[in-house]
Amino acid sequence: MQRRFIPRQGLEPLIRQTLDAGYRLHAPQSTDGAILYRPIHHSGQLPWGLHDHQAPGHYRLLDNGSPRAFAWATGPQALKPLLFRPSEPIWTLDLDSDGRPSFIGAAHTEAPLALLGLRPCDLAALALQDAHFLHGPYPDPAYAARRRGLLTIAVNCSHPAATCFCAATGDGPNAQGGYDLLLDELDDGYLIESGSAVGKTLLDRLDTLPATDMQLEAMATQRASAVRAQQRKLPNAEQLARLPAQHDHPHWAEVAERCLACGNCTAVCPTCFCHAHRETPALDGQSSVHSREWDSCFTSGHSYLHGHVVHTTTRERYRQWLTHKLAGWVEQYGRSGCVGCGRCITWCPVGIDLTVESAALVDANPAQGE
Amino acid sequence: MHAIDNAPDTAGLVPLAAEIIQFIQETPSIFTLRLRFTDPAAHAAYRFAPGQFNMLYLPGVGEVPISIVSDPQDEHLYDHTIRAVGRVTHALANLREGSRIGVRGPFGRGWPLTEAQGRDVVIVTGGLGCAPVVSVINYILKRRAQFGHLTIMQGVRHADDLIWRERYEAWAELPDTQVLLAASDGSPIWPWHVGHVPDLFDQARLTPGVSLVMMCGPEGMMRAASGDLIARGIPERDLWMSMERNMHCGMGLCGHCQMGPKFVCQDGPVFNYPEIKALLARKGV
Ligand code: SF4
Ligand code: SF4
Ligand code: FES
Repeated sequence: MQRRFIPRQGLEPLIRQTLDAGYRLHAPQSTDGAILYRPIHHSGQLPWGLHDHQAPGHYRLLDNGSPRAFAWATGPQALKPLLFRPSEPIWTLDLDSDGRPSFIGAAHTEAPLALLGLRPCDLAALALQDAHFLHGPYPDPAYAARRRGLLTIAVNCSHPAATCFCAATGDGPNAQGGYDLLLDELDDGYLIESGSAVGKTLLDRLDTLPATDMQLEAMATQRASAVRAQQRKLPNAEQLARLPAQHDHPHWAEVAERCLACGNCTAVCPTCFCHAHRETPALDGQSSVHSREWDSCFTSGHSYLHGHVVHTTTRERYRQWLTHKLAGWVEQYGRSGCVGCGRCITWCPVGIDLTVESAALVDANPAQGE
Repeated sequence: MHAIDNAPDTAGLVPLAAEIIQFIQETPSIFTLRLRFTDPAAHAAYRFAPGQFNMLYLPGVGEVPISIVSDPQDEHLYDHTIRAVGRVTHALANLREGSRIGVRGPFGRGWPLTEAQGRDVVIVTGGLGCAPVVSVINYILKRRAQFGHLTIMQGVRHADDLIWRERYEAWAELPDTQVLLAASDGSPIWPWHVGHVPDLFDQARLTPGVSLVMMCGPEGMMRAASGDLIARGIPERDLWMSMERNMHCGMGLCGHCQMGPKFVCQDGPVFNYPEIKALLARKGV
């Protein structure tokens, strides 16, 4: 695919064209002290000049006056809450005057969704959520409806955070595919390429310039330095395959002494899919909404079984989370469930770092901390 | 934009309404609901295999996974035997004939009845009223000629916990059928063994390569019984067991039923021993 160049102001027509094509466009914006994806109408809403400082248990946005809009790494959430809603109805029950039930499945009729500014690890997480929600025995209609028209405009990461390790998982910092459009941000503008027919149509509607050799060189240098900037690593696939057999390792109890079992890690993790069904009957008893909401394997309800709980202690729950994420997914979906985004490290209130814990458990060389 | 290959629909996701045609109180805490779908076409089209389960939904209360115990070829009614242990099952226990509920399913993989053809079948259960194996016992007894010797072993904690005692007594009278019961806590009129299920293996007809074992009950019991049976020469691939985990969706989506990398609702609930032996060996998976 031919790579083109758009100057900095070129984001405005890109946003305009996407909106004019009928998409609900979400893009990163500084919201409540973090970068989150929100509906966007003009390029002035992007987080221009902002940089993030991330470390275990730490996240802060700083204005460093850079001319860039994407000089930051992942915020707490990206695509997951937009496709797999934190809470949504599945069906509604109505009782007629004789108490006879009828069931109405939830309708999904939103306009197609577009995201500007997705990171490569977000695309990798999207592929994993697709594997779970679309390619299992029962494809999920709510997820499928939102996924169907999804337009992804990704931006390669030029500024990974200290918590990022997508280079080690093979999911970033430069996207390998799975996007409609891909941007590399330079100081004076963007190199842009399409990855699909829809992306190409959109690209053709923009005023672009051919990319110069200097720009391409700057891009290559930037891509390589983003890889080098990453400090953390996960144990390799062979080492992680040993994790289930470490069931009785004393280190689980050691982590459990620090872990608050708050579930922040599962909430921010872009691949965690667990959800609970919940019943909300109307006060008059004539109708009821059966919905689902995000759940976490750190709750006692998650493994409830006939009056007891399978994962009783924090030790068992942390073990479930890490073993499922790093090993269980391999059998379920052909690869680890971790895309190296670092969110669970940043948003853990006590700064537990899965790269360090997993290395200790499989006796790999400890990953380097900050 | 990326192609989505399998076009999704709401099959399995939204319940169908069903009427309780008969409510049978088996014991003070165990009851059977005999159901008919209110839509005749849905009723006629419904198919299941022994060992599969439905999600039964009580309007306004919630859902619970329940094994189907009727015969797959009996298109008359779909039976569910339930023990009142939790919020939803206690509420279901208060229903009466004519009440309507919701049903989603059937879900999961049932018993290996094709593999069992022509083999001796050994049923090993523990705990209270193990519904998943009732379906298989009924299935075999209705098609007696297709199977070899049948051994039914049931362990209970207390003699009074045995439900369907008359049924066990009737089964014991059938030709080519052996019934072995054990209660860890007997009673003065308990004619059977006092102790645990594995104690009964000495009396059971177990022929390596011929016997196929189907188990259901507490994991500790199945773990112990598997070890014992393997020591007696039964090949691992001839051991099958029905597992239980928390279930919200039944469709491999909600994640609650995971046992290691297995989704019990879809990969099971019936598993072949080699598929889960590593998981069974670890407590708290
Ligand atoms: S486990 Fe942590 S680092 Fe890996 S994808 Fe989930 S949140 Fe990101
Ligand atoms: S079991 Fe835990 S780690 Fe696995 S998807 Fe569910 S919440 Fe995430
Ligand atoms: S019960 Fe929801 S995934 Fe198995």
